[in-house]
Amino acid sequence: MEIGVISWRFWKVWRRNLVTFQKIWKVNFITPLLEPLLFIAAFSLGFVGIVGQIRYGGAELSYTAFIAPALIATAVMNNAFFETTYASFVRMYYQKTFDGMLATPLSIEEIIVAEIVWSASKATAAAAIMLGVLGAFGYVQFPYGLIAIPLAFFGGIAFGAVGLFFTGVVPTIEMFNLPIFLFVTPMFLFSGTFFPVSNLPLWAKPLALAFPLYHLVELARLVCLGRCETVPLLSIVYLAVFAFLFTTLALIFMRRRLIK
Amino acid sequence: MQPIIEVQHLFKKFQDVTAVDGISFTVGSGEFFGLLGPNGAGKTTTIRMLYGFSPPTRGIIRVFGMEISRDWRKIKARIGVCQQDNTLDPDLTVEQNLMVFAGYFSIPPKEAVSRTRELLEFFALSNRRNAKVMDLSGGMIRRLILARSLINRPDLLILDEPTTGLDPQSRHQVWDRLEKLRASGLSIVLTTHYMEEASRLCDRLVIVDAGKILVDGSPADLIERHVGRHVIEIGGPDQALRDFLKAQQVPHDDLGQRIILYTPDGNDLSAAVRANFCHEQCTFRNGTLEDVFLRLTGRELRD
Repeated sequence: MEIGVISWRFWKVWRRNLVTFQKIWKVNFITPLLEPLLFIAAFSLGFVGIVGQIRYGGAELSYTAFIAPALIATAVMNNAFFETTYASFVRMYYQKTFDGMLATPLSIEEIIVAEIVWSASKATAAAAIMLGVLGAFGYVQFPYGLIAIPLAFFGGIAFGAVGLFFTGVVPTIEMFNLPIFLFVTPMFLFSGTFFPVSNLPLWAKPLALAFPLYHLVELARLVCLGRCETVPLLSIVYLAVFAFLFTTLALIFMRRRLIK
Repeated sequence: MQPIIEVQHLFKKFQDVTAVDGISFTVGSGEFFGLLGPNGAGKTTTIRMLYGFSPPTRGIIRVFGMEISRDWRKIKARIGVCQQDNTLDPDLTVEQNLMVFAGYFSIPPKEAVSRTRELLEFFALSNRRNAKVMDLSGGMIRRLILARSLINRPDLLILDEPTTGLDPQSRHQVWDRLEKLRASGLSIVLTTHYMEEASRLCDRLVIVDAGKILVDGSPADLIERHVGRHVIEIGGPDQALRDFLKAQQVPHDDLGQRIILYTPDGNDLSAAVRANFCHEQCTFRNGTLEDVFLRLTGRELRD
């Protein structure tokens, strides 16, 4: 990769996405506003009698308190991943937005970085709203809980990058079903989101530890509840390496796909 | 004077297909230059290399005296590109499309607003400024793409089939605007397979086929050189005509049901033909660029 291909100009592409986002901002805010309410309602009404208290990080937690930070982490994953898969694919393939941009002083690298940063920004906005809702129910300890906002951006970069990598390699938009079924759904279920990873059988634990969502969930619990099961620094390093790796892969494969 | 574009021995290979096979040409300042050829001749591939979208396999491209491979950012800042595909933002309004695009060129917002107003006026889109792109007609979309390609006040405008798919009214409107731009001294490169468009607009053009340049010249020159000023089309030709043409060594194309004669002077020969061979149908007309094009690139379908 050349030096100087990524400049501040990527903010122009980021802004373009913001302008389109604002067109439907009301719709964009409904999901993060209502989703936590739905989950809380479902789990506190229907689940509590069955599950009761959960033992996590050396303390007893109500089940709803346990899953609340995981809901934020999952929202970060979904918002970032779906933005750089379906939405970026539509921009790239159907709307030819990137082709238009490539006739201007923008570089392909700036467009790619902007897409990832944008997806992380969108994920952060969703996380901030959810944080407010969950905080109102007392599931977040403030002020440390506010760290979840920069954390959401950090996690958003990781999931946005892996999403854009898939956009660089899938032949058709329908093919996103595959990474969603094989990558996103298992992560959603087994990343210590709905039960502690310590409950998993010994052989399954390393699998969960390999999931980036697991580390984001752990860090979210740390900032929202003040406790976690892993070494936070390791989770940060893991996510940083993951984000760097997939940003690089997204740059390589998107360039290969777009520049002919 | 330094040319705006200098292309030397340009090659582009995709896997085992050679799309551009060693072409060279220059475009002077203020020139309206045409790149003509049948589908798949390598026009769009050449144009894409010109504005730095795809890297050449081999060869040199200099725009404004700078190398595209090194100074692409500086060059692109001074080029306007009207791509073949509709690359407008369907989620944005007409006005927002121009404003967002101005951002990519780092044009200050205030300046962008005034240029947007100016361009919408020039392309007769002012009354649709708040319309969504999805609600525009084909002609309006094309004009908006053109308007967008001028947002950075380019020194060079690149047009890739700007009137394909337009109705005659819209096409004439686009031509009218392009002529105004040419009159203002803008250098323009155009690809098209409408010969009428090329004759009307281009100062000079090249015809490419299979990635190679076949001829280079002004439309009038090329007609003079390859067809002659006068053309006679004869329907239902008989053997007598064929023998006559052979004996007289008149350049012609024999299409079976029709023979097309190319006559440089248009006096003796046409009188002879008119007197002796016009049994069914005879058309006497001027030579056109379309004749040149078909003579050089053949009449077989390309795709």
